[in-house]
Amino acid sequence: MAEATPVLLTTADGRPLKEALAAAQSRARRRAFLLVLPLLLFVLLTFLIPIGYMLKRSVEHDGFSASALATVAWFETNPNFDPANPPEEAFAALVEDLARMQSEKNTGMAGTRINYSVPGSISLFKAGARAAKDLKPPYKEALLALDPEWGKPVLWLGMQSASGKYTTEFYKVAADRKLTDEGWARGDDKQRIYLYLFFKTFLVSGIITFICLLLAFPVAHLLAVLPMAKSSLLMIFVLLPFWTSLLVRTTSWIALLQEQGIVNDLLVGLGLLTEDGRLTMMYNMVGTIVAMTHVLLPFMILPLYSVMRVIPPSYARAARSLGATSWTTFRRVYLPQTLPGIAAGSLLVFILAVGYYITPALVGGADGQLISNLISFHMNKSNWSLAAAIAGMLLTAILLLYWVYDQLIGIDRLKLG
Amino acid sequence: MALPTYASPLERVWYYTYLVICGLIFLFLIAPILIVIPLSFNAEPYFTFTPKMLTFDPEGYSLRWYDTLLTLGHPAPETPRDSTWWSAVWERATWVQAAKNSFWVGLWATILATTLGTIAALGLSRPEMPYRRLIMALLISPMIVPIIIIAVGMSFFFAKACVAPDSAMSLIFGGFLSEKGCLANSHMGVIVAHAVLGIPFVIITVTATLSGFDQSLIRAAQSLGANPRTTFFKVIMPLILPGIISGALFAFVTSFDEVVAVLFIAGPDQQTIPRQMFNGIREAISPAILAVATILVIISVLLLTTVELLRRRSERLRGVTPR
Repeated sequence: MAEATPVLLTTADGRPLKEALAAAQSRARRRAFLLVLPLLLFVLLTFLIPIGYMLKRSVEHDGFSASALATVAWFETNPNFDPANPPEEAFAALVEDLARMQSEKNTGMAGTRINYSVPGSISLFKAGARAAKDLKPPYKEALLALDPEWGKPVLWLGMQSASGKYTTEFYKVAADRKLTDEGWARGDDKQRIYLYLFFKTFLVSGIITFICLLLAFPVAHLLAVLPMAKSSLLMIFVLLPFWTSLLVRTTSWIALLQEQGIVNDLLVGLGLLTEDGRLTMMYNMVGTIVAMTHVLLPFMILPLYSVMRVIPPSYARAARSLGATSWTTFRRVYLPQTLPGIAAGSLLVFILAVGYYITPALVGGADGQLISNLISFHMNKSNWSLAAAIAGMLLTAILLLYWVYDQLIGIDRLKLG
Repeated sequence: MALPTYASPLERVWYYTYLVICGLIFLFLIAPILIVIPLSFNAEPYFTFTPKMLTFDPEGYSLRWYDTLLTLGHPAPETPRDSTWWSAVWERATWVQAAKNSFWVGLWATILATTLGTIAALGLSRPEMPYRRLIMALLISPMIVPIIIIAVGMSFFFAKACVAPDSAMSLIFGGFLSEKGCLANSHMGVIVAHAVLGIPFVIITVTATLSGFDQSLIRAAQSLGANPRTTFFKVIMPLILPGIISGALFAFVTSFDEVVAVLFIAGPDQQTIPRQMFNGIREAISPAILAVATILVIISVLLLTTVELLRRRSERLRGVTPR
């Protein structure tokens, strides 16, 4: 008997089957990808590039480096100078730059750039630039006579730090580092406004997530165990807020919670409060928390509901029949099965709360502002690079949470209603 | 959920307490939305119920704030309300202009997001799709990344995203861009921004519908001689249409409600309803905002009804029977 030779399977036109299959699969992959391509390009152009551009702005500011050419050149040749006692030629370069800034009218830009690390620099630069034309050598004495601030080591360190177009300085400022005579250092605890606001934002988001969980759990459970006809009716209560404009909901919270608002009127009317004892629930943190809880509650209820609906009721019955009390049944049997829903809802609510802007801006007052509002504040003040740096830090935190969400729950399991 | 017959008295008490708690939470959810409706008929410029309103005195109620919506920013409130008056309202009244802008921006953003999103969802739901998870994560991210970050990025980039005057691009797109030919301060900029924000919703709803879609139907259509276009319009589209429509409605609502991107990238010509409301709440808070809010609540009730009906139809078609 002859040895069996392996038969090479081929297609009708004689190609090996394996090859033909691989070609067909790669064609299918290409087809699938081509369908997604237009949207990818659109998202690239209108979403990824703008965010990349923002991140670039967070490390870029040429306000000083583009106008103080002579000083920048001096810093390049003398990178290890003594900031406590810069030599005469450094002052000469600076005076030359100040005079040119005055004629080119870009003193403000340069002063603003230095001002991020050395507060008070804008007025210093403006005064210096106005006088620069009339200064006579030796420039060091002349400039110091004009304002002794020009001799401060921190100013020279600040100018050195600003002498490149690209810098990490905005991230340092956003992390509450301060430039001192000895270089960058941790700022005063009282002045750590940015990190404090980050901390506060995360804390408030945590509180809101927790309240949402407390409120959503019973409601989601009720919706899950009721017969479909009743639960779809009650579902409207959850979905209507979801579909209603955010501004409408914020407006109604103002009407409800303000000092002359409905809740206070009701409490006074019932005699629970005196006319002078009206509660301040609006334009502070309370207002932000209440309104944001209301806005984000559906995002907690829906994932919880979709998990609870598929939990078989027989497990709880089995636990009861084996002698567990209702509390033990809940704690040991029901609650562990809802954990995926709790994780999904909590992460989603937390992620959305951390980046919230509109509600704190409208009902938060001075006390109830979150990190997004600070970004907007710096944008309005034209501190673009600083706003971009804070936004970059927030983005990092969000992407980290998003990654956790994807690992734990999976993005494709996100559902809407 | 009925109480089991063996429930102890304590459990009975707890059960009814539980129902009351749920009732209160439902009240917390719905009351703030419904409260604006009676408040918008206030005869006084207050943001709360007046004593006359509480005693149901007809004098306590009026339509004056709805009237304000027609007359604000419109120079001739006194003239008789004939066709000239109405055409002036249509052309000039601030809120009417805002409504028109919101509508057009929302419509174009929805068309853009739904078309691109549906096609992409078709690709994403194919089993052969490479890098599926990564691409999904990217396409959903506009919903997750804080809107302020997106708005800041866009405000930097759109100011630079300009076409050269008299170039071919300018001839095609010039009319939709700002006077300087940039995306910033233009209708096109707002439309594009809102389309990006609506895409995650379209992707989520359409891929969810497609997950219940029998892919072999496509092969069946092809084997019966249908070309890809016929297959899409005759086989795929009718089955996933409910998903597409609810995705489109989500995208429209997202745009119709969006204010942060508008605040950062739009110019004075792109006044939308949310922007007008935002400024109104920040500056002088007038019950006219409550009148707008009431109209928006009615719109959202209509949209919710549509989406619910579509969802039920889609479940019926896919053979998912409600319990």
